[in-house]
Amino acid sequence: MSTQHSRSAAKLMIAPATFLLFVWMLVPLVMTIYYSFQRYRLLTPDRRGFIGFDNYVNFIDNPAFWSSMGNTLLLVGGVLVITIVFGILFALLLDMPMFGQGIVRILVIAPFFVMPTVSALVWKNFFMNPVNGLFAFAAKALGLQPYDFLSQAPLASIIGIVSWQWLPFATLILLTAIQSLDSEQLEAAEMDGAPALSRFFYIKLPHLSRAITVVILIQTIFLLSVFAEILVTTNGGPGTASTNLTYLVYAKSLLSFDVGAGSAGGVIAIILANIVAIFLMRAIGKNLDS
Amino acid sequence: MAIKRALLNTAVGLGLVAGFSAAASAETLTIATVNNGDMVRMQGLASEFTAANPDITLEWVTLEENVLRQKVTTDVATKGGQFDIMTIGTYEVPIWAKQGWLVSLDDLPAEWDKADLLPAIAGGLSVDGSLYAAPFYGESSMVMYRKDLMEKAGLTMPDAPTWAFIKEAAEKMTDKANEVYGICLRGKAGWGENMAFLTAMSNSFGAKWFDENWNAQFDQKPWADTLNFYLDLMTNYGPPGAANNGFNENLSLMQTGHCGMWIDATVAASFVSNPKDSQVAEQMGYALAPDNGLGKRGNWLWAWSLAIPAGTDSTDAAKKFVAWATSKEYTALVASKEGWANVPPGTRTSLYENSEYLAAAPFAKMTLDSINAADPTHPTVDPVPYTGVQFVAIPEFQGIATAVGQQFSAALAGTETAENALKAAQDLTVKEMKAAGYN
Amino acid sequence: MARAISTRRKIGITALAWALGLLIFFPILWTFLTSFKSEADAIADPPLFLNFHWTMENYFAVQERSDYFKHFWNSVVIAGGSTLLGLIIAVPAAWSMAFVPGKYTKDVLMWMLSTKMMPPVGVLIPIYLIFRSTGLLDSKTGLVIVMTLINLPIIVWMLYTYFKEIPGEILEAARMDGATLREEIIYVLTPMAIPGIASTLLLNVILAWNEAFWTLNLAASKAAPLTTFIAGYSSPEGLFYAKLSAASIMAIAPILIMGWFSQKQLVRGLTFGAVK
Repeated sequence: MSTQHSRSAAKLMIAPATFLLFVWMLVPLVMTIYYSFQRYRLLTPDRRGFIGFDNYVNFIDNPAFWSSMGNTLLLVGGVLVITIVFGILFALLLDMPMFGQGIVRILVIAPFFVMPTVSALVWKNFFMNPVNGLFAFAAKALGLQPYDFLSQAPLASIIGIVSWQWLPFATLILLTAIQSLDSEQLEAAEMDGAPALSRFFYIKLPHLSRAITVVILIQTIFLLSVFAEILVTTNGGPGTASTNLTYLVYAKSLLSFDVGAGSAGGVIAIILANIVAIFLMRAIGKNLDS
Repeated sequence: MAIKRALLNTAVGLGLVAGFSAAASAETLTIATVNNGDMVRMQGLASEFTAANPDITLEWVTLEENVLRQKVTTDVATKGGQFDIMTIGTYEVPIWAKQGWLVSLDDLPAEWDKADLLPAIAGGLSVDGSLYAAPFYGESSMVMYRKDLMEKAGLTMPDAPTWAFIKEAAEKMTDKANEVYGICLRGKAGWGENMAFLTAMSNSFGAKWFDENWNAQFDQKPWADTLNFYLDLMTNYGPPGAANNGFNENLSLMQTGHCGMWIDATVAASFVSNPKDSQVAEQMGYALAPDNGLGKRGNWLWAWSLAIPAGTDSTDAAKKFVAWATSKEYTALVASKEGWANVPPGTRTSLYENSEYLAAAPFAKMTLDSINAADPTHPTVDPVPYTGVQFVAIPEFQGIATAVGQQFSAALAGTETAENALKAAQDLTVKEMKAAGYN
Repeated sequence: MARAISTRRKIGITALAWALGLLIFFPILWTFLTSFKSEADAIADPPLFLNFHWTMENYFAVQERSDYFKHFWNSVVIAGGSTLLGLIIAVPAAWSMAFVPGKYTKDVLMWMLSTKMMPPVGVLIPIYLIFRSTGLLDSKTGLVIVMTLINLPIIVWMLYTYFKEIPGEILEAARMDGATLREEIIYVLTPMAIPGIASTLLLNVILAWNEAFWTLNLAASKAAPLTTFIAGYSSPEGLFYAKLSAASIMAIAPILIMGWFSQKQLVRGLTFGAVK
């Protein structure tokens, strides 16, 4: 009786969220798909018309497309690896007894609160600038030639900046997970004389697998659409060395004002994001069920 | 007592109503503008305008150039109606006016004096004889150089140098041990960044974007000459990180004494010669943009202008503001508050006949000569089907030039050879022009 | 004996942790210091750390040029409004998913999260056109709606994982005692869920505050938040390091301070089900 009652109540309660998200997803998606089959350039609206798959063909048949796919994967993968590896190390460190733990934690999580635009501006101008940046000053002080980060290693520099922003998030989640570890189990292992390294690999790391999956899932969602950092630092260049898929769609839609091509790119990006999503969901769904 | 209070209440009530109706009749103008020095100054001085027009309030949207362009273009093309006045350039005005997106400014008051505008500037903002935007400041490009370094190098800068001379001077001025680089040029990708410079430069090398049948020309020798010369200059005598340097980055470099020469917008002259911001203000000299003796110089023509989008419901108030901000009176206002050297240059003949201005702005003559040396209707050595000096006035240009700019920027960063960059530029231009239906 | 070693170790760990913490924090500290320098000091070679003439002139210059408090208030309304609206929609949804799971609950949840993967640029023009025809362009209402929708999946997910950790037996017991659904939610569930809701609220405020794509494209002046404010400083002319620093600090300070004060609450619920 009461189950029946709460079931229908549950459906009612879930409805607004589902409905809103459905509309939010569907309406723009349908419009985007519609535009992707049109010749629709904002600056020549009078020449609008149906052109079949031309926008898709033009978008894919473009060297920038393939390099942007590679860059997207490198960016997401690179940031994930860096934030998870360093996140685990930081979490282990912060879990140890120390003086002023609260303050250290405040220092470490600070980058998470900084707007992407601001952090990109700060890194670009105050640190990576080859003439007036701090890295250049440091290099000169050591008698070295200043390294031009954003021209010579644009994607790696952006990966660095984005990692700085997301490291706090990974560290926090992993730290919470470590702190939830049953200390008796660890103490028992310590009694048995298991060395620190194997304690880490056989007890702590398996315990963290769930937290790592969560970090991967949440960060991937945000990392697939990294945009402000690229716009501010390199404009996707030099060449297309730091253009990811999001930036390429932006360039088509808002630099060329080609809504048709931009929409085609958008549809492709949505499809790819969903493929990634399915993989991730499978993985995390399994991990969360267990 | 009670009556008194009731009366008081009524009075307060009436006052409120009066206040509300006054507020309702006031018009709000939303102005989109670019965050450069002259525009920010105008924003500061706009209180003079609102004091004289208490029924108009101003809302400012100050943005970096690329963000601004993207916002106003989206807005005007979709008739979003977010802005009453937009700051746009010589590239947008003819394209937008042809679409019927701009209000004609032919009926500005007579004392605004349209005839006083520099002909080259007014021509670039007109379509079929009607003016569609009021120039706020106009600019060309020229060589700005350090007299002290020039002297040290044992050279004298002619008023109209050649590219060969520029190269010689760059070589002799470069002193990498002391972080002095002979020449600073734009390298950051973008149609308004490196491509503005390179397109203008290519004109003096006899290159062109398209032939008369809209065929892309990056596979022709003049473009290869242009790019190779540019790369040679920049890799040997340019600053590190040049592939990310735009106007602002180079301005910082120049002001902090890292550049021997800088070829860029004439408006920069007032910044590099201002002792408050520039460490080398005393040493600045100016010359026309270089040439190769082919009859065209490598200088551009641009005017940041105020335009009113069609469909705004405050056309009259907007016109009032546009007329104020681009008037001779505004120039005089800036001169009285901030000195003649800081007035927005390059729009009016009368300014270049003003002895006070000529005395305060040592770069005035060179600015005027540079503007007059640019010919947007015949930009290239060979005839072409388009207008525009550092751009091609077709809607597709900004997309294509941004992509081409990325290729050239990669060549400057050394991640791509000049040959491959030109080939990629040619391929993508051909493809885009075909998709756009030109051939 | 063991004590003595662990104290020495503790000092070593403290030193290392502080060094790394300061390293991570350094870019923000440097921006803060630069914001009090004159433009010339900001690019001095060698860099000046503390021994410069402190000045507030950059903050005044920034305030004079752009009305900071208008942007600040818009940010508060947009971040706060979208968070509250999001919670109102998400709490019931997450509750029913956690306590009355159906056959498709997990799929619905995954689907919700996947809408978050939609790249914003791909749908900007459609949204822009919809906003134009509904008069929502440059309105706080419009931005609150968009921010609510883009962050809703994250809110639902966070609340769901948190609610799931609440043992169902407690609810059963309350139900046995004759509590209605309403009473169950108000008196039993809510008190237990407060930490999770607080943490979700904080995370969402941070995300909405820092969102720069939609705010920049859908707002011009009246509804423009701090992300638009900073876009006016991203590459001005001439020497600009000190003014850029001041504007940056003004844009990030409110959320940074809020984050620091509430970090305990934020961290407590920020598990996304990572902890069983």
